[in-house]
Amino acid sequence: MKRTEPLEFHQPTSLAEATRIMLDGGPGGHFLAGGTDLVIAMKEKGLVPRYVVDLKRIPSLSGIREEDDGGITIGALTTLREVEISPLIVGRYPFLAQSAAEVGSIQIRNRATIGGNMANATPSADVAPALLALDAKAKLAGSGGERTMDLKDFFRGPGQTVAEPGEVLTELHIPPRAPRLVGEYIKFSPRDMMDLAYIGVAVTLVLAEADRRCESVAIALGAVSPTPMRAPGAEAVLQGQVLTEELAEESGRKASEECSPISDVRSSAGYRRAMVRVNTKRALLNAAAGGGPVPWTSRRDRRHA
Amino acid sequence: MSQPIEFTLNGRATSVDAPAHRLLLDLLRDEIGVTGTKEGCGTGDCGACTVYLNGKPVNSCLVLTGELAGADVVTIEGLKEGDAYHPIQAAFIEDGGAQCGYCTPGMLMMAKSFLEENPDPTDDEIRFALSGNLCRCTGYVKIVEAVQDAAAELRRRAAEGRNNG
Ligand SMILES: Cc1cc2nc3c(=O)[nH]c(=O)nc-3n(C[C@H](O)[C@H](O)[C@H](O)COP(=O)(O)OP(=O)(O)OC[C@H]3O[C@@H](n4cnc5c(N)ncnc54)[C@H](O)[C@@H]3O)c2cc1C
Ligand code: FES
Ligand code: FES
Repeated sequence: MKRTEPLEFHQPTSLAEATRIMLDGGPGGHFLAGGTDLVIAMKEKGLVPRYVVDLKRIPSLSGIREEDDGGITIGALTTLREVEISPLIVGRYPFLAQSAAEVGSIQIRNRATIGGNMANATPSADVAPALLALDAKAKLAGSGGERTMDLKDFFRGPGQTVAEPGEVLTELHIPPRAPRLVGEYIKFSPRDMMDLAYIGVAVTLVLAEADRRCESVAIALGAVSPTPMRAPGAEAVLQGQVLTEELAEESGRKASEECSPISDVRSSAGYRRAMVRVNTKRALLNAAAGGGPVPWTSRRDRRHA
Repeated sequence: MSQPIEFTLNGRATSVDAPAHRLLLDLLRDEIGVTGTKEGCGTGDCGACTVYLNGKPVNSCLVLTGELAGADVVTIEGLKEGDAYHPIQAAFIEDGGAQCGYCTPGMLMMAKSFLEENPDPTDDEIRFALSGNLCRCTGYVKIVEAVQDAAAELRRRAAEGRNNG
């Protein structure tokens, strides 16, 4: 196994300092969160940072809190293990907690951060679809101050985001939602654990109390386009409609047409499209069947239901 | 570019001169000479290198020395309770939870931390918690049995503690 090369190591204790070190330092600098992508890139992909700016000593960046309006803010440095076991997240958005629990192992999730999962911008990032289906926003801070954008606009391409040099992803924000919102995340992967997704599908639904029409529907896909994506065409199939098996099927077909998967060592484009079709349908039907918060391990067994 | 890094290793204040890019795993094995922690994959997949960093099990093959200042690190060498084996160690010995033993330090570290969170787990929960610990001798059945037996022993001790206290 290749070893890492010498580098300068910085541990700022404020955001402003982190940005300044990066701007003064120039090219060759990388932010470090949990390092589960960065150190792998250094060991396996020949990445040789000239310097690294560790974000873990900046206190304002981690933690999960509920806002007065019912929205939820998750600091970018919050670990995926914290997201997985947070009573607030497990209670309100169990599929989001589950998507965090789908990443690697407990050892990995004790290090891996939610911000790193987004900032690394891997198309298969497991937590991205659930956040996209919750209309999450990304907050960035840099020398030009703060800015907030839809998470979907944060991604630019594989491994690329819109963050400017020195700009830190500071928070992910989930806007307040209808109390009846239900959701589901399906990670479709060859092995149950410790594997990357062939494809991922997250859906959220708000069904009208009176007639169970879809008041709102969001469908997000992972690993089938240059960035994690929403599938607006598939959503449109269901908007205002009563969810039936036929419509779920139709929506899945639409999603499989809207995405643009590639063929690689993990799977062919055609297989990915087919798996988007069936798993979008499954996710929709599972979400609608609801059943309140259940441990993510048993949610996961519903994948093949 | 070495600079002294001060941290706690198995309860003892430790200062080492090591460059920031050194991996915690190599720092332990090659510079400090504490070799119970193993390297399997080097990429976060096998769990052989599991240590506690600030109380949490992590893969030491992915931790850079640069971030260790002030940290609390516990390795498999810190698991024994004085001269006695920790119940999780005793159970692995008793149940044949170790074959070649290479994955065992990581398994023990992960299992101990898991049982602190979940003292009365199902087999499935144990398998879930140990999914980042690979055993090439494929002795998972006995490993799960050993974790169950350790859990029972730890529960027995906790009950005894309550009765005596
Ligand atoms: C064994 C193993 C299994 C894995 N399994 C999965 C899996 O199943 N699913 C999955 O989605 N991922 C998986 N991963 C990938 C990885 O764990 C996640 O993507 C993780 O969330 C990355 O977070 P991190 O904090 O470790 O990021 P780091 O490695 O610290 O950083 C990743 C990148 O993002 C940048 N960055 C980090 N934080 C910020 C910030 N706040 N602002 C700006 N830039 C930032 C860094 O500069 C770097 O370029 C796995 C990794 C390993 C090693
Ligand atoms: S050596 Fe660290 S996980 Fe395999
Ligand atoms: S006992 Fe040999 S690798 Fe597990």
